[in-house]
Amino acid sequence: MTSTLTIGRRRGGIEILQFVRDKTSLIFTFFFPALLLLLFGTIFSDSYDHPGLSAARVFTASMIAYGTVTTAFITMGVGIATDREDGTLKRLRGTPATATAYFLGKLILVAALTAAEVVVLLAVGVLVFDMPLPSDAGRWLTFAWIFLLSVTACSLLGIAASALVRNSRTAGAVLNVPVVALQFLSGVFIHPITQLPGWMITLASFFPVKWMAQGFRSVFLPDSAVSMEAAGTWEHGRIALILAVWCVAGLVLSLATFRWTSRRD
Amino acid sequence: MLEAVEVQDVVVKYGEVTAVNGVSLSVPRGSILALLGNNGAGKTSLLQVCEGFRGPDAGSARVLGLDPIADHDSLMPRLGIMLQSGGVYPWATAGEILRLFASYSANPLDVDMLLDRLGLRKFAKTRFRRLSGGEQQRLSLAVALVGRPELVFLDEPTAGMDVGARQTTWELVDSLRADGVSVLLTTHLLDEAESLADHVVIMDNGVVAATGTPAELTAAAGIDLLQVRAEPGLPVTDLATRLDVRVAEEGPGEYAIAGALDTESLAEVLAWFARAGAQVTAVNTRRRTLEDVYLALTAGATR
Repeated sequence: MTSTLTIGRRRGGIEILQFVRDKTSLIFTFFFPALLLLLFGTIFSDSYDHPGLSAARVFTASMIAYGTVTTAFITMGVGIATDREDGTLKRLRGTPATATAYFLGKLILVAALTAAEVVVLLAVGVLVFDMPLPSDAGRWLTFAWIFLLSVTACSLLGIAASALVRNSRTAGAVLNVPVVALQFLSGVFIHPITQLPGWMITLASFFPVKWMAQGFRSVFLPDSAVSMEAAGTWEHGRIALILAVWCVAGLVLSLATFRWTSRRD
Repeated sequence: MLEAVEVQDVVVKYGEVTAVNGVSLSVPRGSILALLGNNGAGKTSLLQVCEGFRGPDAGSARVLGLDPIADHDSLMPRLGIMLQSGGVYPWATAGEILRLFASYSANPLDVDMLLDRLGLRKFAKTRFRRLSGGEQQRLSLAVALVGRPELVFLDEPTAGMDVGARQTTWELVDSLRADGVSVLLTTHLLDEAESLADHVVIMDNGVVAATGTPAELTAAAGIDLLQVRAEPGLPVTDLATRLDVRVAEEGPGEYAIAGALDTESLAEVLAWFARAGAQVTAVNTRRRTLEDVYLALTAGATR
């Protein structure tokens, strides 16, 4: 039998092919954060009275958080709900391919998409808004672990969320509600987050998005911008802790709720 | 010899609805069994149990000597499953899809050869969503066969195919038997069952209504039409009341006797003609087809 790794890699290839050829998902999921960045960066061009801080720079960091959430969470959630409803999972269950190979394929898709998403957003930031990229390795290392934890947490939560979706045609709409609400609560569109009521910040602190956005700001914003954070520090330890907790929660939830077939079957 | 599929007293329920109500059947290795029945007869539900997609609510199923659910992982490399619909990537091409499924197996068939066999070569670069229903069905069949399975489950394999594609598919399924592959297929097409299957199981309302080879099933039902040529104007209403048959003089001296006729009743019919002093110049019988058997057996459902 072919190894799970090989099958997973081939499935990843087909998944990417599917995503790229389906123009709707490509435009509305993949390029949407870049469009928002272009709009926000232009509209709010001089709203920060802070040295070295432009709206474009803030929104590049924010949109990386937003793009990671939509790409990992929505792509995973909608993708699995669709696979379950249209029989892809069932057909797979009737072959030697394992569940691990299936998720490996999805993971490859999400990894490729989120990485490409980051590249596109940084390209817009640098080329359109003259945003300086961090030059020291330490910041890129910070970026790497925050990005990795973010993608993992969002993907696992996406798998779990797919179980809540009853109809794949409405999956996108259903899953976007918590996503968009959390973006606002978490200060992704509103920076500094301290403009939000205290209870909102407290509520957002339970969820991963606030910490993702804060983490990416710590990478791409100048050190002095830390004064605009709610806690007055970047809180790297807490970011790692909360994202890791969500990874574990996502894993447990997705293992507990995963089904090969839809309820109707 | 171990049977490829051994189903015993299987019951499948969906809530209050009983889809399969105590069905037993077996598929000998290297043979083709057709499950014949109307929509809703329970064919697909029974297949789902054999494929391990769900467990039976009662009874048991052994596939290649294994339990379809408990031994799922060791069983799957040896099975080929063709579902009725769904589960392929709309944006991928026929060739890409078949190559993907081929990659699941250690020793798959040659993809190009299989595309050729099913007349799909010219669609190798066509995206799945642009294929016609019949072409999608053929690809689905190819997906089931590409891993060189020992046993194949085909759920309505020729649904949506035109006559030519159906013929190609039949030839391919027939050639599986020559390779020693066992096949369990469902169909509501009588000619499909009659021309392909070694054994036919007719299902109706979740139970087995009849079982046998196509020849046995039609032979058991006997002759259903006897045509006799003799003098015109014989008093045949008398014959109709003596035997439980319908008699009509369709043309001058052309008598048609319809009903379930066995050897004894045939003798009585001819004896009646002899007693009437008729000069019988021709006798012709028509055997019942599988279709007649099927309609007679499943009539209860619609009555």
